[in-house]
Amino acid sequence: MSKYPLSIRPFGVHAILVEWPNEVQEAILDDIIQFTSYLESNCLIVNKWEIVPAYNSVTLVLREQPIDFDKLKQRLGQWYQESDSVAARQRYLWRLPVCYDIEFGIDINEVSEKLQLSVSELIQEHTSNVYTVYGIGFLPGFMYLGGVPSRLEIPRKSAPRLNVQKGSVGLASKQTGIYPQESPGGWNIIGNCPVSMFNPKNDEPCFVSVGDKVQFFGIEKATYDLHKIENEVGIYKLDKTEWDA
Amino acid sequence: MLKVLKSGFYTTIQDGGRLGYLNKGVPVSGFMDSFSAEKLNLLLDNDTRAAVMEITMTGPTLEFEEETYICLGGADISVTLNNNPIKNYKVYKIEQGDILSYGRLKVGFRNYLAVKGGFQTAEILGSRSWYYPLTPKSHLKDRTEVDYLSCTSYDPKISEWQVDYFLDESVLEVARGPEFEFLSDRQLESLFSKEFTIAKDYNRMAYQIEQKIEGHKISMLTSATLPGTVQLTPSGKIIILMKDGQTTGGYPRLLQLSDKAISILAQKKYGDAISFKLI
Repeated sequence: MSKYPLSIRPFGVHAILVEWPNEVQEAILDDIIQFTSYLESNCLIVNKWEIVPAYNSVTLVLREQPIDFDKLKQRLGQWYQESDSVAARQRYLWRLPVCYDIEFGIDINEVSEKLQLSVSELIQEHTSNVYTVYGIGFLPGFMYLGGVPSRLEIPRKSAPRLNVQKGSVGLASKQTGIYPQESPGGWNIIGNCPVSMFNPKNDEPCFVSVGDKVQFFGIEKATYDLHKIENEVGIYKLDKTEWDA
Repeated sequence: MLKVLKSGFYTTIQDGGRLGYLNKGVPVSGFMDSFSAEKLNLLLDNDTRAAVMEITMTGPTLEFEEETYICLGGADISVTLNNNPIKNYKVYKIEQGDILSYGRLKVGFRNYLAVKGGFQTAEILGSRSWYYPLTPKSHLKDRTEVDYLSCTSYDPKISEWQVDYFLDESVLEVARGPEFEFLSDRQLESLFSKEFTIAKDYNRMAYQIEQKIEGHKISMLTSATLPGTVQLTPSGKIIILMKDGQTTGGYPRLLQLSDKAISILAQKKYGDAISFKLI
């Protein structure tokens, strides 16, 4: 496997940043997952270190004590060369329901006009693509999803809303995603997902990890209401399949 | 139980922070001024990460229903225990029915109230720190109650601490951030020669700075951010992320505050002066 030139830099005394070339690329993300899998299984004590992958970077955080940067940099370079020796962690494709009714998709008519697609073509396009989770941040459980086709690219709204409803599914330039909680936001809202992307009551509060895949499927309002209740009482069964990079 | 008679402006429960969920977008939270909060826990012989009450600007009025020991620290606020003034960094015995009342803020912005054994609010994802909506409450409301353990006897090893006070310090020690190298000479010059003031927009998530410096056209991919990360927006606005700050961001990370600098900044409010010093 061809390896990338990495840039390893200090990020304060408690963190170190490892950077791949500045591009959004599946192959780079695959390499990051491979490397972090190796770090987690063979190199770092996982309950002391936090490993935060996003797009073309991994940030390693150690809160308890200052990092010996030079020593760790050298070791990371060596570990990177060895990282193919373990199997990368299992990745998943999550199929998530979205109700595109105007009640939830408050911008769907405007988006359809601007993109010159009918609403049904827009839904068809949004649900036929498999998106990649390039990062999780901004809010707990907020996924940065890449892989939006150019036909769906639309700039974010000129004036952000103060309150975007929990579960809202948005489009903004090359990204799509779900607001995991009510929040201010500037994305164009085209639907709502009844499944909570973040639940602090679960030991694993967010089922998705960076490197996973997400695909949406359209549901009627009645099905939405049912899934919403199932989600609240904790019996909604997630549609999950293994995904091999 | 501790009865909240008056909640104050923005009072929360915070501990050493929520660790292990950065990769799911969960901020660390925890004491804004960990320097002060940890000292109080030491004086009470608590775990240094034990939950304390973080009191912002205008403090609460509280009634204790069980015996315990308390200790205050951080911002200099006039506080009375049953109408008698009490001091920061000194251990006090609390009897049933005692009333603790916060008055006027003198210096700093956040005071901490530590109780023997730590506050016993629910632990969520390994931490008692309040961060809404991950925790049910964002801050304390009037006529609510907060759980703590009763303690009838405690013999502190040190009952009072002469703290190396830092409330009047305004120099923030910083390390180079990951995108430091992108700074132009002019930007560098303004960052390290100017004195800045805190803008109106400042809270547990971030502190914004009033004065702008020259902006930039750097386009970078979203990447991790930490408490104490100094970001620069394209228009030249300086934003310093704090304990509830988002875990990823797309602005260049120019500088990274030291732990001590985060505590110093946590005691600043609108209009206060700060400057950066590279270490």
